[in-house]
Amino acid sequence: MGSIPITRSNFFMNDWAAGLAGGALIGLAAVLLLWSIGRIAGISSIASGALEGARNDRAWRIAFLVGMMVAGALALQFLPAPPRAQTGPAPLLLAAGFLVGFGTRLGNGCTSGHGVCGLGRFSRRSLVAVAVFMVCAMATTFVVRHVVVTVTASAP
Amino acid sequence: MNRRFLAALASGALFGAGLAVSSMTDRAVVLGFLDVFGQWNPTLAFVMGGAVLVTAFAFRLVLKRAAPAFGGEFRLPRREGVDVRLLAGAAIFGIGWGLAGFCPGPALVGVAAGLTDAWIFLPAMVAGSWLAGRITPP
Repeated sequence: MGSIPITRSNFFMNDWAAGLAGGALIGLAAVLLLWSIGRIAGISSIASGALEGARNDRAWRIAFLVGMMVAGALALQFLPAPPRAQTGPAPLLLAAGFLVGFGTRLGNGCTSGHGVCGLGRFSRRSLVAVAVFMVCAMATTFVVRHVVVTVTASAP
Repeated sequence: MNRRFLAALASGALFGAGLAVSSMTDRAVVLGFLDVFGQWNPTLAFVMGGAVLVTAFAFRLVLKRAAPAFGGEFRLPRREGVDVRLLAGAAIFGIGWGLAGFCPGPALVGVAAGLTDAWIFLPAMVAGSWLAGRITPP
């Protein structure tokens, strides 16, 4: 992945503060949703419910997703560091998307539902889910970046 | 438009802005965190930490109320205990997340921002979710 190398100085200059501030916004979003309408801000569940859930329970889900997509895209336009344009191999992105959709539906949550909200509720299920998906994601990234790449590079 | 709808819209907007501000829409930053044996980028830990600090503190206060401010009732996950379905789902999600660096929120924002990768990823994500919904009880 062609990306700007992360050095000690450029990370500690701004990335941790931006991460903490962005994280706090995400936390506030989850608090607002629970306080106002009593719902958990889990993106995978909100999205699958918007497409396939009960008809009388879709409006708030669509409103949330529209707000998230529009505000997120607008914010990216005005931020000093827009996402680096990347084009990963399509088969890998398709496989990854399928696994993310399948796994989050099966396990009833993703980084937001189990992570941000589940950990905030001190849910044991969510703590276990976060530990499992973090370890599996790290192992997968390790294999892709350090095993597959090495094997491919050393192939005759 | 009623206030429940507006509250959901505002919550979504805060969420999307948070993802953008914290660079979670950038696959390279997420993969940089997951790549603990490479050039590790700790940003995601600060994002998750910042978010959970807020929810862990404020959820307790919110849940002391008898009901949500704009009507209805608190709808919290009813499942309890760890089962095979949870473990398998989390593992499958983790493998997909580690392959591409996209989870559902950033992928949706990426589609709105016109990121090519997100446009490829999202239809497959919807298909995967639909299939899991078909083969498992709700």
